[in-house]
Amino acid sequence: MAKLSFFRILLIAIICFSSLLFALPNFFYSTVDKKLNKPTQTSAWPDFLPSTLVKLGLDLRGGVYMLLEVKTDDVIREKFDFLWTDVRSSLVKKRKELGSIRRIDTSGDQLKIEIGKSENIDFAIKEIDKFNSSTELFSSRWSGSVQRDILKISSLENIITITFSDEQTRALEKQVIEQSLEIIRRRVDETGTREPTIQRQGRKRVLVQVPGLGSSEELIALLGKTAKLTFNKVVSIDSSSNFSAKLDEIVLGSDQNNDIFYLIKKRPVVSGENLTNAQPSFDENGLPAVSFNFNPSAALKFGNYTKDNIGSPFAIVLDNMVISAPTIRSHIPGGSGIITGNFSVEESNRLAILLRSGALPAEIEVLELRTIGPELGRDSINAGKLAALVGGLLVLTFMWLSYGLFGIFANVALMLNIILVMALLSILGATLTLPGIAGIVLTIGMAVDANVLVFERIKEEIKKNGTIFNSIKIGYEKALSSIVDANVTTMIAAIILFFFGSGPIKGFSVTLGLGIITSVFTALLITRLLIDLYILFYKPKVLRV
Amino acid sequence: MLLRGLFNQSKEIEFFSFSNLLSYLSLGAILASIMLFSILGLNYGIDFRGGTMFMVSSSEKIEVSDVRITLSGSNLGDVSISQATNPLETLSAGTLTSTDNIFIIKVEKTEGQSIETKVKALLLNKVPDIKFLQIESVGSKVSSELVRNGMLAVLLAVISVLVYIWLRFEWQFALGAVLALIHDVILTIGVFSILRYEFNLSIIAALLTIIGYSLNDTVVVFDRVRENLRNFKSMPLLKVLNMSINNTLSRTIMTSVTTLLALFALYFLGGDVIRGFTFAMIWGVLVGTYSSIFVAAKILLILDVKRNWDEKVSTAGTQF
Repeated sequence: MAKLSFFRILLIAIICFSSLLFALPNFFYSTVDKKLNKPTQTSAWPDFLPSTLVKLGLDLRGGVYMLLEVKTDDVIREKFDFLWTDVRSSLVKKRKELGSIRRIDTSGDQLKIEIGKSENIDFAIKEIDKFNSSTELFSSRWSGSVQRDILKISSLENIITITFSDEQTRALEKQVIEQSLEIIRRRVDETGTREPTIQRQGRKRVLVQVPGLGSSEELIALLGKTAKLTFNKVVSIDSSSNFSAKLDEIVLGSDQNNDIFYLIKKRPVVSGENLTNAQPSFDENGLPAVSFNFNPSAALKFGNYTKDNIGSPFAIVLDNMVISAPTIRSHIPGGSGIITGNFSVEESNRLAILLRSGALPAEIEVLELRTIGPELGRDSINAGKLAALVGGLLVLTFMWLSYGLFGIFANVALMLNIILVMALLSILGATLTLPGIAGIVLTIGMAVDANVLVFERIKEEIKKNGTIFNSIKIGYEKALSSIVDANVTTMIAAIILFFFGSGPIKGFSVTLGLGIITSVFTALLITRLLIDLYILFYKPKVLRV
Repeated sequence: MLLRGLFNQSKEIEFFSFSNLLSYLSLGAILASIMLFSILGLNYGIDFRGGTMFMVSSSEKIEVSDVRITLSGSNLGDVSISQATNPLETLSAGTLTSTDNIFIIKVEKTEGQSIETKVKALLLNKVPDIKFLQIESVGSKVSSELVRNGMLAVLLAVISVLVYIWLRFEWQFALGAVLALIHDVILTIGVFSILRYEFNLSIIAALLTIIGYSLNDTVVVFDRVRENLRNFKSMPLLKVLNMSINNTLSRTIMTSVTTLLALFALYFLGGDVIRGFTFAMIWGVLVGTYSSIFVAAKILLILDVKRNWDEKVSTAGTQF
């Protein structure tokens, strides 16, 4: 036949052979999995064969899927609170020129200041503008390089509105998210789970996937807390929260006792950022506690503070709750200490992990939480395998009964098609989900379409009394237009699914899309090759399609 | 070769002799679907409604009412409990045995961990050997986004298809194909409204696949229509359409049957998790096959196609 060149056969043979090689490990999943994960043990899987496996989605292997939102707005609001204390103390000095100074509308992502004498507003703006290059506001932790004009200042009558520039807001958000990602990663790693996936999604979201985890409780306990630890000066302690707090003071409740309230200084003596280590331990009474070490500069600060405040209490504050408020009995110079509270052993373990991994820069909210138990995953794999097997056999039988020898050609192509999809999934590192298996089974059903289109055309041509050679040639030529149109349209659906779908649905779109490509490939090249070879070697007089 | 020649009938079927009746039937079904949807609404899954879903199993015999009593009065909001019946579970050779009672419990509230811990504790207290197979919780912020994304995806698919067919054929073909798609989507939503199957993310995936499949069918018919219009320039449109449908009929049936065979295997053996999805697909294949003949082609007949397909001036799409 015209195109039966050596090159064509070689090319097809290479593609088929290599895809078989790459798909093979998946049919011996547990053997290969053992080799990959326990490299020290001798394995039944030979070294010369590739050991790429299709990644199984959470719905098949079990695990926890979590979509988190980082509340970056809180950080921005906090920045404005800090700015307000600084701006206020600077403006108060010019009270003669400005009159009364008041912050209005405390919510939201801006700072609104009302001054008494609107005629001197330009003077106030000039004062505030000095903060524009303030590095204090954005310590190196927040921005690597000091930017000019981080504040946008506008005024209307006697009200000054201060907002962050767009770049500053975006930079701030980015840093908060990146830092959150890092801390989430550290905390998840502490659980000792295998291959967690932690990635940013959209502007403020983080996607966490931990395969193999049977319950989300431990993960939530680790991620749900910001774990912001501070050591603050205690001003007074009372059984009610009716303190008259000054601007730099705040009232906090107790973690242990609902009837105790603390009035503490807002600005901490030292904070959790300065910890170099935290370990679960026990106090002198044998109760669970957490021991910690400060870095040298914080150790010095803490040492000096304890020296100056012997006899007065200080508060250990975690996430705006006072865990304990011990009285300083002596100078603590070494920069190490111990936190006690009514901890259980697990709680002290967890607190140590949280303190070691650092505080989250902002609170996080769990938007979506999916936990799939390992039993259900295993069940889904088995069910999927069985459905694929039975569906495949039904289609193979039906094709054989309908088209005879040509049906067998199509069946060979169909089986190669499945192998190609598996090989591509392995090579691309795509994730196979349960809907993904459904996509493969659906592909089994739809893959024969291209072959059917061709066979029906060939039949028609034979009916018109065409020669065997011409019938096949024209059959393929005429069917091509339909094959292209039909598959492009399904491909459109697969592509849209890929971009709009999440998790398992994305897995479906991947196998569907790959299935479309491979089914066209197998129908146009492999079935064609088989037909051509058959005609070349058997030279049939009549073609029975 | 039992089935050989099954479709080799030489006599043509006169599809348009009864197409008027079917047109009214289709219109009626569309109206009924819209009415069912607006009266009954869909049984939205937690993907779209927000809430927490627990899939639990126990080898002990528990009644739905027991579970309901256990959970009532715990301030969980609206609670719905259903037993997942799966008579063929033993066939699927899973780790869950047929004697296991599998329940699906849906709770309106999400509030993260507290609800989960609460429900878990309540159920463990009542049924000590209970296993939690799957727990899903979707907040209202995400669920409304998922609804929006789902609708956007379906809309985008329909528009892309409209454009593609328009480029490859003529506007009448594009309109016919798209109306057939809308017909399929509306009827699927109608069926989900009346059967109360859960409508979740995977059903959106099914809808998009149905769009792809139905179109696949329509395009094959249209492709033949275009070819026959070129070859039989003086033949009346009705005859051309009928001939084209007959030409492609065996292919239409073959592909539908193979796809349905695979889908039925999935439906019966693929497990509970994707049963809704497979149901939607099976329905979609049936409706899609029907609509490519009786909706898409019928609309082409009503709209009338221009007949001067000139192969030299190929503004009317590209022929391979």
